[in-house]
Amino acid sequence: MISTAVEQVSTFAKDIDFLILLIGGLVGFWFLVAEGVLFFLVFKYRAKEGGKAAYLDGTDPKHTRFISWPHRLILLCDVVIVVFAVKVWVEVKQTMPEPDQIVRVVAQQWSWSFQHPGPDNQLDTPDDIKTLDELHVVVGQTVQFQLVSPDVIHSFSVPVFRLKQDVIPGRVIKGWFKTTQTGSYDIQCAEICGIGHGAMVARIVIEQPERYAEWVASHATLAAALPAAPAPKQ
Amino acid sequence: MTTTTAPTSHAGADDHAADHAPAEHEQSFFMKYLWSTDHKVIGFQYMITGLLMAIIGGYMAYGFRMQLAWPGEWIPGVGFLSSQQYNAYVTTHGTVMIFWFAMPVLIAAFGNWLIPLMTGCDDMAFPRINRLSYQVFFVSALVLLASFFVDGGAFGGAWTAYPPLSAKATMNLTPLGSTLWVVAVALEFVAFLLGGINFITTSMNARAPGMTMMRIPIVVWTIVVASILFMVSVGPLVAGAAMLVLDQQVGTHFYDPGHGGDPILWQHLFWFFGHPEVYVVLLPAMGVCAEIITCNARKKFFGYQTFLYTLFATGIISFFVWAHHQFVAGIDPRMANIFTITTLIISIPIAEMIFLYIATLAGGQIRLNVPMLWALSFLAEFLLGGVTGIFLGASGSDIYFHDTYFVIAHFHYTFVPIAVIACFAGFTHWIPKMTGRMMNETIGKLHFWTTIVGFNLVFLPLFITGMWGDHRRIYNYQHFPDLSTQAMQDLRIASTVGLLIMIAAQGFFVWNLVWTWKKGPPAGNNPWRGTTLEWQTTSPPGHGNFHPMPTVHRGPYEYSVPGAAEDFIPQNQPPA
Repeated sequence: MISTAVEQVSTFAKDIDFLILLIGGLVGFWFLVAEGVLFFLVFKYRAKEGGKAAYLDGTDPKHTRFISWPHRLILLCDVVIVVFAVKVWVEVKQTMPEPDQIVRVVAQQWSWSFQHPGPDNQLDTPDDIKTLDELHVVVGQTVQFQLVSPDVIHSFSVPVFRLKQDVIPGRVIKGWFKTTQTGSYDIQCAEICGIGHGAMVARIVIEQPERYAEWVASHATLAAALPAAPAPKQ
Repeated sequence: MTTTTAPTSHAGADDHAADHAPAEHEQSFFMKYLWSTDHKVIGFQYMITGLLMAIIGGYMAYGFRMQLAWPGEWIPGVGFLSSQQYNAYVTTHGTVMIFWFAMPVLIAAFGNWLIPLMTGCDDMAFPRINRLSYQVFFVSALVLLASFFVDGGAFGGAWTAYPPLSAKATMNLTPLGSTLWVVAVALEFVAFLLGGINFITTSMNARAPGMTMMRIPIVVWTIVVASILFMVSVGPLVAGAAMLVLDQQVGTHFYDPGHGGDPILWQHLFWFFGHPEVYVVLLPAMGVCAEIITCNARKKFFGYQTFLYTLFATGIISFFVWAHHQFVAGIDPRMANIFTITTLIISIPIAEMIFLYIATLAGGQIRLNVPMLWALSFLAEFLLGGVTGIFLGASGSDIYFHDTYFVIAHFHYTFVPIAVIACFAGFTHWIPKMTGRMMNETIGKLHFWTTIVGFNLVFLPLFITGMWGDHRRIYNYQHFPDLSTQAMQDLRIASTVGLLIMIAAQGFFVWNLVWTWKKGPPAGNNPWRGTTLEWQTTSPPGHGNFHPMPTVHRGPYEYSVPGAAEDFIPQNQPPA
């Protein structure tokens, strides 16, 4: 289904895809049964010359069981779906594993800027690395992101992670992901945010630790050559 | 407001006393068709306005789908579409199709046509409020359309109008358009509050003798429940809209986080209305199909009382599901678990409703005329919209699907059956009654099949692009490296081609209207051999509807009663 077109690059992508497959199986079954019965009945009971329709009011238990049994089975399917959906939800949105790295994501009309912790792995220190439209992370590390917006609502969406979280001005919204492979993928804004919404794209670059260290080092030399920036307010 | 006083010289036209003679005095064209208090004429006004607004909404869809299929190209009839215009088109398309097409047609037009006729009443309980309702509605449509001609253009912040984008002109760049949008929507709500008062009062207090609660046709029930849902849910949104206008024009900070406001507040107010709103339009559509399916299957409705229970259950539960639109919107994540459960619970009465419709077909003598084809396709297509909703109601999978084209495909598989398919079903079923002329079956079938093929071709590909990661309201996917593959672009083009087919198919509908106008054969009182009261009077019904007023002796769907001479027994036929 989805994984044939969109790779699974976070640890929970597999769980979300499984949930989607499970729901697809359950609702697909009911969809096919209902459509099949509908078309069958329309074909079987099409008007015939001199034919007479049955007179049923739908209160005889012999007839209503055709409604009440599917009703109970659907209730059962709903319970299964709720259990698996909540399980995935709790994993992705309600737990916060100990992060290896914390990054700040600033969404604003109409760009993404990222604040990496830099060599000391601490946010809001002078060696932070700020980038525009490009987020660098180390493969296999648990990353905590902190979403902020100075203007309107945006949404931080990374399809290969199966992850989406709205960015609300006035709040810091935290979340996490853990990558499973290297590569470079889209970050999209998923909430309409004005005329530039259709071009609000960034890339996430997932690298081996050595490559990431090289990238950090190249920025550290750059930062040393520039006058020190004032510490950002939060 | 220009509509506060009615000309006193024609006050007699509003007088629906029982002794009012059928030979009413000749009225001027203006009084008869534009300033009328007759529910049938007001129904036509709503129907025609709704269909004209659908043309505008369809034109917007044409504009943005052409842009998506061939980004940046010149579009015939539109020109080049800028991203600002693209957003305005998307916003107006959504707003128009829900508030100025689905609602006026399904609630106001069918409600006006059917409630007095089906309950055996000479007119609405409050004819002048009814006229005022349409007039306010008409003004609201003008206000919305005016937003395209003001400085900055029409509002482009999506039909959900989330602040701060919708609240600050510096961010949405439409200083007047966004305010006109809110004012238009608020006026439209006023119109439907006035209409809803009428529908509920008429159905509850003005029914014919013998029309007990359990003999009321299903479509009347569904419109009444929909009106109640609307009236109960709309208050918070009107309050929210007032705060939004104040934020826009006066400089208050209700939704401004920089000054202690909260943008999420609007989302709750909006969706507390917005989700019951789905059922406000769904339920009348289900009602329309119930009438058509029982009549054309020549069957009593399977489980009339069970249907009413599912109807009430749906109405009540619909107030407890709204936050499933906000799973990833920054609400407390624990809330999502509660709303996942309520959302999946509402699938049960809706599924049961669909089962009752399917069961009604069993043992019938199904006539596949044009209204029946539309009604059956409503069931077939709505099923797909219904089941795909489960992916979005389940919090875990909604993390991925939220705000993708999967959502778009899902709700168009609910709203197109509701607004387009059920609209045509009801239109073709009742137009013989309302005009006295039959429509053309062959042209009607051509219209049906081309529309259905086009519709499925529009939205089936969008399920796939949504699964592959296309997000909504993006005016050019070529900016996104992962989304600019040829396979995805092919699907977008297929969808646009489907839309072109769907639009072209409406030519058959116009042709059929002209044909019916020019040479439609007389319909007679009861062309479909129906049981409900509207078929027991003349086509079109005269002033005052029934002469004499009917008395009801039986339930609404007495088809194929064993031992009866005919395969239907009208509701007003006295027992032998």
